[in-house]
Amino acid sequence: MQSPVSTPTGFDVAAARARCRRMRKRVLDISQKVTALHIAGAFSCLEIVDTIYFGLMRRGGDGKFRDTFILSKGHGSMAQYAVLEELGIMARQDMETYSQPGGRYATHPDYGLPGIEASTGSLGHGIGLAVGMALADNIQKQDRMIYVVMSDGELEEGSVWEVMMLAPSLGAKNVVAVVDLNDFQSLGQTSKILPNFYPMLDKVRAFGWESVEVDGHSQQVVYNAIKSRSGQKPLMVLGRTTKGKGVSYMENVPIWHYRSPNPQEYQQALAELEKAAS
Amino acid sequence: MRDTFSRALYQVAKADPRICIVVADISPAGSMAQYRQEFPERFMNVGVAEQAMIGICAGLAMRGMKPFAYTIATFTIYRPFEQIRVDLCYQNLPVTVVGIGGGVAYSVLGGTHHAQEDIAVMSALPNMSILAPCDPLEVEAATWHCAKHNGPLYLRMGKAGEPVLTANAPDPFEFGKARLIKPGNGTCILSYGVITKMAFDLAAKIEKEQGGQVAVYSVHTVKPLDREGISKILRRYDRVIVLEEHSPMAGLGPQVKALAWESGAKCKLHTFSLRDEFVHFYGGHGDLLKAHGLHPDLLYPKVIS
Repeated sequence: MQSPVSTPTGFDVAAARARCRRMRKRVLDISQKVTALHIAGAFSCLEIVDTIYFGLMRRGGDGKFRDTFILSKGHGSMAQYAVLEELGIMARQDMETYSQPGGRYATHPDYGLPGIEASTGSLGHGIGLAVGMALADNIQKQDRMIYVVMSDGELEEGSVWEVMMLAPSLGAKNVVAVVDLNDFQSLGQTSKILPNFYPMLDKVRAFGWESVEVDGHSQQVVYNAIKSRSGQKPLMVLGRTTKGKGVSYMENVPIWHYRSPNPQEYQQALAELEKAAS
Repeated sequence: MRDTFSRALYQVAKADPRICIVVADISPAGSMAQYRQEFPERFMNVGVAEQAMIGICAGLAMRGMKPFAYTIATFTIYRPFEQIRVDLCYQNLPVTVVGIGGGVAYSVLGGTHHAQEDIAVMSALPNMSILAPCDPLEVEAATWHCAKHNGPLYLRMGKAGEPVLTANAPDPFEFGKARLIKPGNGTCILSYGVITKMAFDLAAKIEKEQGGQVAVYSVHTVKPLDREGISKILRRYDRVIVLEEHSPMAGLGPQVKALAWESGAKCKLHTFSLRDEFVHFYGGHGDLLKAHGLHPDLLYPKVIS
């Protein structure tokens, strides 16, 4: 017997926009305590992560999430941590001690910590875990969704395509993967390093997945894309995003893959976020 | 061993609905047909995709299942090594990784199919346990253990036709304990896995030439090693021989040597293993072992020297 499930009713996009602005500021605050935190990759997927947690994840009768979230691009952890803090799942103190001696939450999420359902950080793992979970749910006759957020560079891992090839055949229908297509990997622009990787949509569909390409910063669009899935196949949403989204000097500048802003840059970033809000 | 495993797995799956098996296009024969008929949803073939096999097993385990991943040892552990390390060991999940044909059992298939450094590689992983049963009876006991084990476990198996060695073993099978399977005094042989048969042959040769009874232990739990039990063995016997079908690096031999040093053992100690090389020599399993220097006639002179 399954406990009653509560599904989020609708998705307040205006509230989500304000929340994402608040979370960007929070991440910038934390950036002043550490030398590095993969800030740009967190900002590119923030709207996607927020939409999944606040708009789509269902809860069981005990109030806990019934659906599962895996951040396969583990280096974007600050996006997940900020959302978990907003949700009250991750303690404020844990956020304050991010990557500090004695802290629990580090650069990549660790399985078993509150809100963290898989250890990631090495790319190409999350989708296999997700499909395994979906198959277990089939065996146990559980109605659960598994959301996986991946990066475009991650799709270069062979392990991803092994699982993509298998997932529809094995009946893993309840997997929704969202790819943060920010077009950047460590050494440059993904579309320039591997031009033949594009267009991606056809490749994903050719492997038997349902797939759509959307604006990954438009939360209503991401929400609608997932809500309108057929449910007959796993779904992969290709979300076009901007790396470093929201801070002009970070956008599409590779150094911000890993660097923390200095105090002056920090102030400028806050000012830009304020200005965008008004 | 394969048939015994599939028979045991069928029994285990009947008793526990959490048991499932994910294979990478290699499947145990025998009772597997019956298993698949009764539990079709708990048998998954991912095709020739070992990284997916391990990742999917991890996901199954994260939902409370108790998966077995199954293929030829080299493909089970080498191709998806990082999935084993990160998905299974780092997250400490109860998945049994079954390697068929540990050592050089797949003799004529060549080096691509020889898992001759598997114990070293798997031993180095935190949270990983290793079981290497010596005969079909131990395979059955080991399979039952795997089903209740908490955490990742590498089950190193032979393939087919291995003789029963432990029908009259004085000690029962107990995870984590070196098991006396043939009594004796003065000399003892420690071994694990399929080559334990050669330990019996070597014991017989020593007994024939020198009289007395040579003891044989099955060190089926290679990790965590029974340090206490082996320290006692090193005190109890005058001559201790370690025989393993594995690289000379980081297997049982080096660990027993370290224990002998730490425990101040006074016994004579001989360790025999595969060579640290890819042997380009083909023939049966015994021929391959002989090419590595492992045969009772080759070992005996070294033991008595």
